[in-house]
Amino acid sequence: MPSSTRAFGTAEMAAPVSLTVRPAAPSSGVREILGLLWQDKVATVSATLLTLVLACVLLGPWLLADQARALNLMARNAPPFSIDKGWLFVLGADALGRSLLARIVVASQNTMLIAVSAVALSVIIGGILGLIAGYKGGWASAILLRLADAIMSFPSMLLAVIVLFVFDPGVTNVILVLAVSRIPIFLRTVRAEVLEIKERMFVIAARAMGARTDRVLLRHVAPMILPTIINLAALEIAFVMLVESGLSFLGIGIQPPEVTWGLMVADGRNYLGSAWWLAFWPGVAIMLVTMALNLLSNWLRVVTDPVERWRLQTSVGRHD
Amino acid sequence: MGSFIFKRSLQSVFSLVALIILIFFLARMTGSPADLYLPQDASAQARFQFNEQYGFNDPLIEQFGRFLWGLLHFDMGQSLQFSRPAVDVVLQAFPTTLALAAITMPLVLLVSIVTGSLAAYRPGGVFDRLASILSLIGASTPNFWVAIVGVLVFAVTLRVLPTSGTGTALHWILPVGVLMLRPTGVLVQVVRTSMMTALSSTYIKTARAKGVGSRAIVFVHALRNGLLPVITVASDQAAGIVNGAVIVETVFGFPGIGKLMIDSVLLRDFAVIQAAVLVTALAVFVINIIVDIAYALVDPRIRYS
Repeated sequence: MPSSTRAFGTAEMAAPVSLTVRPAAPSSGVREILGLLWQDKVATVSATLLTLVLACVLLGPWLLADQARALNLMARNAPPFSIDKGWLFVLGADALGRSLLARIVVASQNTMLIAVSAVALSVIIGGILGLIAGYKGGWASAILLRLADAIMSFPSMLLAVIVLFVFDPGVTNVILVLAVSRIPIFLRTVRAEVLEIKERMFVIAARAMGARTDRVLLRHVAPMILPTIINLAALEIAFVMLVESGLSFLGIGIQPPEVTWGLMVADGRNYLGSAWWLAFWPGVAIMLVTMALNLLSNWLRVVTDPVERWRLQTSVGRHD
Repeated sequence: MGSFIFKRSLQSVFSLVALIILIFFLARMTGSPADLYLPQDASAQARFQFNEQYGFNDPLIEQFGRFLWGLLHFDMGQSLQFSRPAVDVVLQAFPTTLALAAITMPLVLLVSIVTGSLAAYRPGGVFDRLASILSLIGASTPNFWVAIVGVLVFAVTLRVLPTSGTGTALHWILPVGVLMLRPTGVLVQVVRTSMMTALSSTYIKTARAKGVGSRAIVFVHALRNGLLPVITVASDQAAGIVNGAVIVETVFGFPGIGKLMIDSVLLRDFAVIQAAVLVTALAVFVINIIVDIAYALVDPRIRYS
C-alpha cells in the first residue's frame, strides 16, 4: 500500500481543507468524524455492529457467564427461535442445553481479545523494527527483511500448528504465535513508508535543527505513517480472527473449557446432521465481524486520506 | 535474468536453512515418540530399544548432524506411523495437494480477473455492487465454516455431492469451491481497483477515440497494466492456499500434505514433519520465483540485475 499521493496530500491539503470547507465551524475532531461516519450508511452499520461486539466483550462474561454454563436437559439441541424456553434460546441451544446466544456473547471476549492483542503486539514490534530498518538501513535491516521474508513465505498455519503443539495452546501462546506471523507485514509497510518520508523536507529540516533520532522518528515520521497502520491493523484483526478460529477448529488453538467462536463451530460439527444451528451461528458471528472490520477499514482509508476527505466534505456542502 | 534467479535462490536457501533448524528442534520438543508407539506398560528396556532403533538416545546435535547428512542423500529418515521412508510418504501425499492448488489457482485467477474487470468497467453499476458484496463475503467467511455448511447443504440435505474422500470428480467440487472462496474475494477487489486506475488513463482514451471495441479495451488494452498488482497479491495467496489446504483436507478427508502434517504432528512423527515442511517450503519458494519472472514478462520496464 504505497501512499505517496496520500502522504503528499497530508502536507499540501490539510490546511486548505479546514480553511475553505469549514470556515466558521472549528468543530471538535470527534464530532467531525462522527458526522462523516453518519454520511456513509455502510460504515455506520459496521461501526454499530463493532460497538455492539465491544459491549459483548466488556459486559458479556459479566452478564451472561452463568447462563452460558447452565445445563438445561429439557432444551437439549433446541432449534432456533425456541422463545418459549426463554429469550436466550432465540438462536437455539447446544447438545447440553446451553443457550447458544449466551455462549456466543461470552465467547466474543476470547475471540476478540486474541485477535486484537495479537495485532496490537505485531503493530508495536513490527512498527518499531520497521522504523529502525527504514531509517537506519544497513546490515541489521537486511537481516530483518530476510527474516520477514522467511516468515511471510511460509504458510502461517503450519508454523502455528507445530509451535502450538510444542507449547501449551493457551490464550497467551496463541496470541504470541499469531503476533509473530503478522509482524513482517507491519515491518515491511512501515519500512517502505519511512524510506519515502525520511527524504522529505520537514524531516530533513528537523534533523538540520538538531533533533535527535528518536524525536525525528516519533514526532515527525510516525504520525505520518499512523493512518496507513490503523487501516492495515483493522484488516489484520479480521484476518487474525479467521486464522485463530481455523486453529481452534483444528483443535490446536484454544482448548476447552475456554471458548471461542472457532471452537464452537468445531463442536457443532459433530451434530451437523441433527442440529445444524450449533455450527451455523458462531460462523455467522465470525463472518459479520470480519465484514464489518473490512468495511470500516475501507471507510477509514477514505477518511484518513485528506484528498478524498476533502472531496467528501465538498460534495456534502453542495447537497446542503 | 540468470543472475537474478541465482540471487533469489540463494536468499531462499537462507530461509530454508532457518526453517529446517527451527522445525527440527521444535518437533523434538513435542515429547518422546516412545510414549505413543509403545504400550503404556512397556518396560524401560523396550523403550530404550525403541529409542536406540530410531536414534533418539543420541545427543540432539548428533541427531541433527545425521539428519543433515541424510538430507544430502535425499534420505529424511523413517516414518514412525507408516514404517516407510518419510520421503515416500510425503511424495505420495504431495500430488494431491498440488492438484488441489493447480485446479484452484487458475479458476481463482479466471473468475477474479473477469469479474473484477467487468465491475471496473461500470463503477457503481448493478454488476459492480453485486461483485463488491459477494467478494467481501468471500474474503470474510471462515473457510472451515463454509466447508461444513457446504457438506450440510450439498451432501447431507440435497445428497448430490459426497461428504469426504477422493475418487470421482464429484469429490473435488466442494474442496476446490471452498478453497477458492477467500483468494477470489481478495483478488476481485484488487483487480477492480487496478483496472479502474488503468481504465482512466489517457492511452485508454486514445484507444476509445480510435474506435476500439469496449471488450478489446477492457481485456486487451487495460488488462495488461491492470494485471501487475494482481500478480503480487496472487503470490501472497499462494501461501494462503496452503493454509486453506490444511483445513480443507482435514474437513474433507483429503490425503494431501496438509492433513499428513497435522496427523504427523499429533503422532510425533518427526521425520515426516521435517520432510513435509521442507517440501512445502520448497514449493512455495519455487512459486515465488516463478511470480518474479512472470512480473518481468508482463512488465517490460522491470529488469532484474
